[in-house]
Order: sequence, then structure tokens, then C-alpha cells
Amino acid sequence: MIRIEGLSRKAGEKTILDSVDLEIQRGEIFTFIGPSGSGKTTILRLIDFLDKPSTGTIIFDGTDTSASKTDLLAIRRRMAMVFQKPAVLNTSVAGNVAFGLKFRGVDQSDTDSRILEALEIVGLKHLAARKAVTLSGGEMQRVAIARALVTRPEVLILDEPTANLDPVNAELIENLIRSIHQRFHTTIILSTHDMIQGQRLADRIGVIINGRITQVGSIHDIFYRPQGRDIARFVGIDTILDGIVESNEEGHARISVGNVVFEAITPCKPGAKVTLFIRPEEVTIAIKDGDSTKTSVRNQLEGKITKMVPFGPFVRTTIDFGPHLTALVTRRSAEDLGLAVDITVIAGVKASAIHVLPDTG
Amino acid sequence: MSEIISGFIQAVILIVTLDPEVMQIAALSIFISLAATILAATISIPLGGLIYFYEFRGKRAVIILIQTLYSIPTVVVGLLLYLLLSKSGPLGIFGLLFTPEGMIIGQTVLIIPIMTGLVIAALGGIDRNISDTLISLGATGIQTIVQVVKEARLAILSAVVLGFGRAISEVGVAMMIGGNIRGETRVLTTSIALQTGIGDFPFSIALGIILLLIALVIVVIMNLIISGLSYESQMVLGGPRL
Repeated sequence: MIRIEGLSRKAGEKTILDSVDLEIQRGEIFTFIGPSGSGKTTILRLIDFLDKPSTGTIIFDGTDTSASKTDLLAIRRRMAMVFQKPAVLNTSVAGNVAFGLKFRGVDQSDTDSRILEALEIVGLKHLAARKAVTLSGGEMQRVAIARALVTRPEVLILDEPTANLDPVNAELIENLIRSIHQRFHTTIILSTHDMIQGQRLADRIGVIINGRITQVGSIHDIFYRPQGRDIARFVGIDTILDGIVESNEEGHARISVGNVVFEAITPCKPGAKVTLFIRPEEVTIAIKDGDSTKTSVRNQLEGKITKMVPFGPFVRTTIDFGPHLTALVTRRSAEDLGLAVDITVIAGVKASAIHVLPDTG
Repeated sequence: MSEIISGFIQAVILIVTLDPEVMQIAALSIFISLAATILAATISIPLGGLIYFYEFRGKRAVIILIQTLYSIPTVVVGLLLYLLLSKSGPLGIFGLLFTPEGMIIGQTVLIIPIMTGLVIAALGGIDRNISDTLISLGATGIQTIVQVVKEARLAILSAVVLGFGRAISEVGVAMMIGGNIRGETRVLTTSIALQTGIGDFPFSIALGIILLLIALVIVVIMNLIISGLSYESQMVLGGPRL
């Protein structure tokens, strides 16, 4: 649907977006995730042709949009964008939704029914006659979505659609995006700094860090096989350890990290410097209790708890066994096990749960 | 003191009895300033829009120049136009000096800067997000500008009303271009100046009161605009539909 080639944008000397190559498929939900200021809004604005790229091009449904004769307006009219901070115009809710149709010269008789249909989808039909500026933030965002939807876009672009909303409204918007996708098979491109949201909504994710697309892949790829430290940190991998491969038998490697040896799955040859990534929810905690039970968990590391931080229904527990390891355990099991700072525990990590990358320095 | 009081009483009588000369002067004043305001608005609103929406070199300087001209003395505009419109001047052939038409031109020139400047400020007060939103909804350049101007309609209306206030209260252009000819170019301000000079205080006070009443009307309109008109009145102003 949209192919992006070598796309960059500079503001003065500063590079905001650095040679992005990307292909977005028709009908998918593609999510850009990255920290604030990483370039998410910039790339979305470029895709909607609101800004001009410094270099590179976007090929929209087979049309090279950098060619001088391209009718950008016609292409832009096949898309619709919803901004992070929804701006409503000082008119009624229905009047706001009408704009896209008015600009396209849609028949008045058609307009009214399409407006009501769009408002119905976002659940604001009853507020059609209300003055838009009196709406709450969540309602304004839904008006903005209805306003985009009413033009029946092939591509719907949403920039941080829930960033300014409370959890209830955020969930409502997420459900709305999902139902729009199911109903209209619209190609949806959205951005978020919330990796959990990315996880909930996306078919594919592109990670943007410092203006570069550092990884594109499925949710599983990004969360379990991040291609680098920055991405790993961003997707919530606390435990990142440097090690050296000691031996490798058909992909089952022994890797020494300081004085400790981990077993993990990797093709890396002995002697190779590698980085280990361990997701906190993949780490189990056991209390040492004399008679040991046999287990398939290959890595059993004895250490002391140094920190416990509540995290929703979980407790983020840091264990010091030389290096540090973070485990995410439920609050209930933390209580049952009597976990506390300074207690000695055994952290278990399956060999297959460790993501190993060759250390590229 | 008694002179002031008796003058005041006579003034009220002049107004209440709708004295023909007083009414004629007031009507001409309102006509000339209203015409100048409409003319200036038709120039200032597109001009302000143009300056606001288009990026060009020296934009900042242009805005500073406009702001400086907010406070251009009325007599300077009068002098300038006198030189242009007088028989020997470059525009002398049109015979506009000492005519109401000449006065309209003079007041138009006088209030264009303040109107243009305030239109630019009004447009600047509209969130950048609004124009981005309009563009992303498929608006053409013109559609975007028209819509943003509409969005700033209340602030722009304030600019227009303020321009009218400056036009009707000025005396420099009216005196120098109009010439204060009785029954032809005599307006409220020039008349007050003249009648006070010859000691006809009741007449001056009556005209002064009328001028103040007009000012009151302007202030009331301004307040209505600024304190956010009711939803219904916005619809009258071409606002919400549906």
C-alpha cells in the first residue's frame, strides 16, 4: 500500500528522521513505537504529505509521490489523519464531522446520512448537535476519529491516539480502532510510546529510536527478539547481560557472564562476545528449601533480592547474583513465598527464554 | 459652571427633538466611517490572511511596520492624502478633495493598518493544529485559509469594530480632507472642533454626547463578541449548521 524509500527529514542541522525504508501492507495495523521525540509524529506527517521529506520518497499504491506532476491532494484525500491533540473547530459536532465531505464536494443529501453513520460508529450520535468545544478530551478524540472516518479513507493515520486520555477512554479508543479495522479493513498506521498498547493493537510494529527505524516485525519479534539494546530497553527488557560463548553443542550454548554460566539457544560460536536479553516475566523465583526438585529449567541462579517495586498486580523484583536479574512475579506469589529484600532466592530462566545477540560493540 | 449645565440641557433638547442639523451631521459621520470600515475590512481581511499564511522574506519587518502604523497620527494621513488629492497632486483630477468620498478614502487608509494587524493576530490565535487538521481532511489551500478565517471570525469582527471606532472618532483626516463644509463634509468631530471654537457649546455637547453614544454601542458590540457570543448568535454570524 505504502512503500517508503530512504525517507529523511531535517530541521535545520538536526536530523529528525534518518533514511527510513519501510513497506506498509494494505489492510494491516502498523504501529510505530518509540520514545517521545523519536520521530513518530514526523514520519506520520510525511506519510500524510503534511510536510515535505528532505530526501527519499513515498510510493502510495504504486504512485511515486515525489514525481513533480503527482496530485498530492488527490492522494491525501484517500487518507485521513487523527492528531495527538485533537483540534475541533468551533461549530457543532456534526459540523466538525462534515468538513472532509464539504472539502470533497459531497452532495448535501449524502452528507447528513454519512455524518450520522460516522458518529454512530464512535458512539456520539446523541451529541451531533452539541457544540464541539464543550466536549471532553475523550469525546473530542472520538469526534476526530469520526471526522476522519466519514471520508471512508483507505488509510487511517492515528498519532498517539490515547496519549492524553485516562485509561477508560484510552481503552474505548483502542476498541474503536479495532472495530474500525474489522469492519472496514482500513489500513491503519498509528504511533504510540506505550509498548503495551502497541502489543494490543498492532499486526506489525516498527520501532523508532532517534529518528531511525531500528526494527520492524511482529509483536513477538519485537518483544522477544529485539535487535539491539535500545529496543530491548524500550520494550521492557530490564536484564541485559554481556557474556562470552564458552561452548556450543548444536545451538545449545554455555555462555559465561562474569562468574556465572548461562545456558541459552544461539548459533554463536565459542569465543564470540554476545549479549543476553531476559524478559522479566520469563524469570521464575524459588525459595531454597533443602531437598531439590528436578526441573527442566536450565539456569538456576542463586542470589539475594535487592529491590522490590510494585507494578500493577506484579512485583518487579531485582536479584543480585553477581550481575543483576529482574523478575516479574505476581504480588500473590511474592506474598506466598514471603519474598523480601535481602532474602536469598533461586531465579530460574529457561535456556529458550534467553534471547542472544552477537555483540556488535 | 452654569454655562456647562445650560449647554447640557440644550444639548439634550437638540437630540430629543431630533434637530435636523445634528441628525444630518451624525448620519454623515456614521455613513462615512461605516463605508471606510467596510472598505478597509474588504482589504484588511484578505491582506492579513495573505501575510499570515504565506512565508516570505521580511515578513517580520512587514508586521512591525503595520504595528507601527497602528498609531500613525490622523493629521499625518490627512497631510499625505491632501498632497495626493489636491488639484495639483497626482490624484487631483478625480476632484476628491473636500468630498465625503475623499474622507472615506482617508479613513480607510487610516484604519487599514490596525485592522490588518489585528486580523494577523486573530489568525495567529488559531491553533496550528486546526490548519493541519483541515489539510489532512483534504482541504485545498484556499479551503484551509477560508476555514481558518471563519474560525477566527470573532476576533476578526473585533478588529473591524475597533477600526470603526478609530474612524468615527478621528478628526485629522475629516478636517483636512473633508474641510468641514456645512451640509456636505461636516461630521461629528470636525463640527465639535468648530462649534467649540465659536462658543456654541450646546451644539458641541450634543454632538459629543452622540459620539459617546456611538462609542457605547461599539463597546457593547465588542463585549458581546469577546465574552463569547451565545450559540444562537454565532449561527447568525454564519457559524454552526446542523
